[in-house]
Amino acid sequence: MVAAPGSARIEIHNVAGHPAVGPRPREIELNTADLSPTLHAEGDSLFHIPTLDEFFPEALLFAGTPFEFNRVQLVRLIMIAVVLIVLCIIASRAKLVPGRAQSIVELIIEFVHNGIIKNTLGLKDGMRFAPFLITLFVFLLTMNIAGVIPGLNLAGTSVIGLPLLAALWTFVVYVVAGVKKRGFAGYLKHETAPPGLPKPIYLLLVPIEFLQVVLIRWASLTIRLLANMVAGHIMMVVFIGLTHGLLFSASWLTVISPFAGALAIGIYGFEIFVAGLQAFIFTILAAVYIQMATADEH
Amino acid sequence: MILAEGEQTVPSWRLLVPMPQEIVWSLIFLVIFALVFMKFILPRLTAVLDERTEKIEGGLRKAEQVQEQVDQLKNDQEQELAAARQEAASIREKARADGQKIVDEARARAEAESERVLAAGRQQLSAERIAASTELRSEVGTLASDLASKIVGESLSDDERSRRVIDRFLDDLESSQTTTR
Repeated sequence: MVAAPGSARIEIHNVAGHPAVGPRPREIELNTADLSPTLHAEGDSLFHIPTLDEFFPEALLFAGTPFEFNRVQLVRLIMIAVVLIVLCIIASRAKLVPGRAQSIVELIIEFVHNGIIKNTLGLKDGMRFAPFLITLFVFLLTMNIAGVIPGLNLAGTSVIGLPLLAALWTFVVYVVAGVKKRGFAGYLKHETAPPGLPKPIYLLLVPIEFLQVVLIRWASLTIRLLANMVAGHIMMVVFIGLTHGLLFSASWLTVISPFAGALAIGIYGFEIFVAGLQAFIFTILAAVYIQMATADEH
Repeated sequence: MILAEGEQTVPSWRLLVPMPQEIVWSLIFLVIFALVFMKFILPRLTAVLDERTEKIEGGLRKAEQVQEQVDQLKNDQEQELAAARQEAASIREKARADGQKIVDEARARAEAESERVLAAGRQQLSAERIAASTELRSEVGTLASDLASKIVGESLSDDERSRRVIDRFLDDLESSQTTTR
């Protein structure tokens, strides 16, 4: 976009010595001190295209074991530790007349009640799923928002583990809710064979609906969240890196760098919005799936 | 395309296929978060929220009750006031009637008294008059007979006849008196 006219000048190719060094966290590569030696080096790239390596940094602890701990896990650990501690403090001091912090937490709970449960399950039937949905929403919001927190810069949901587990949890919840209500066969019939259609249609419909229930729903939840977070992170890295590269290009391209910077800030703001939006979408879809499993009529 | 040109060392499929360590840590984090959140944080907060809802609803209900009571009291008071007003009016009415009655009675009594006094006076008067006339009659008779005997110069021995004369005279006198009166 902004880079298009200047892309010929910004040489994009491999850094000569890089593969030997191995993948490094992007945050270090974005560091001025780290980048400056290569800035004026002829043939070195001014601007690194972010790759998937961003999401698979090298291990910090227990390398090679099933407990390999890398930067992504560190980000997640920090986020849940901070959020849980803060929430525990707020919860243990919860008063009838709320303070500021308590009001904010209650606002989130009320938002899930009124914005999600009320519109899908109805407040009367839906309240037994409220703990699950609120937990899911707060968890995803926590993990998504990590992507825009300076210093962390990586959403906990931008690597597949968390989105997948959250989606599978949702899957278990709605299947269990449906089976509890109708029994196993009754639930399958309810979800896959809506009444009132001509017989031959069922040959086509039943397999599709079955696949939908057992695979597509949770897979789409996973991929939607993951892809949004991955794309958001890559976009931010691209625009921040571009701004940086343009600013230090020591040519007329420096003039363009404020525009790229403005765009980077815009995308940063957009990512804050996306973090909330994706948590909301995930949670409301979970509520809709529960509603589909437990609804009396189609 | 451009990404492929980069320095990527991780195969692209790893984006969608989780490694064991990824699953292990994600599971640990998810379970910890869910447990702490659902077992401690959420119950506390929902308890407070429910309590507040209850308090507000209770307060509203209580306010409604109090309002009802106030309305009831006001109604009662108004009724009492109206009753009191009515009673006062009836008492005033009765007092007025009583007063009227007392005045009437007094007047009647006074009238009767005056009547009685009047009657007594009249009676006394007539009695006195009768007495006077009786006395007068005998005296006038004697006087007249004396006078007549003196005038005639002879004693009228015949008492029978002289009484008749005197009586006729007196009757004439009386009748002339009544006609002149």
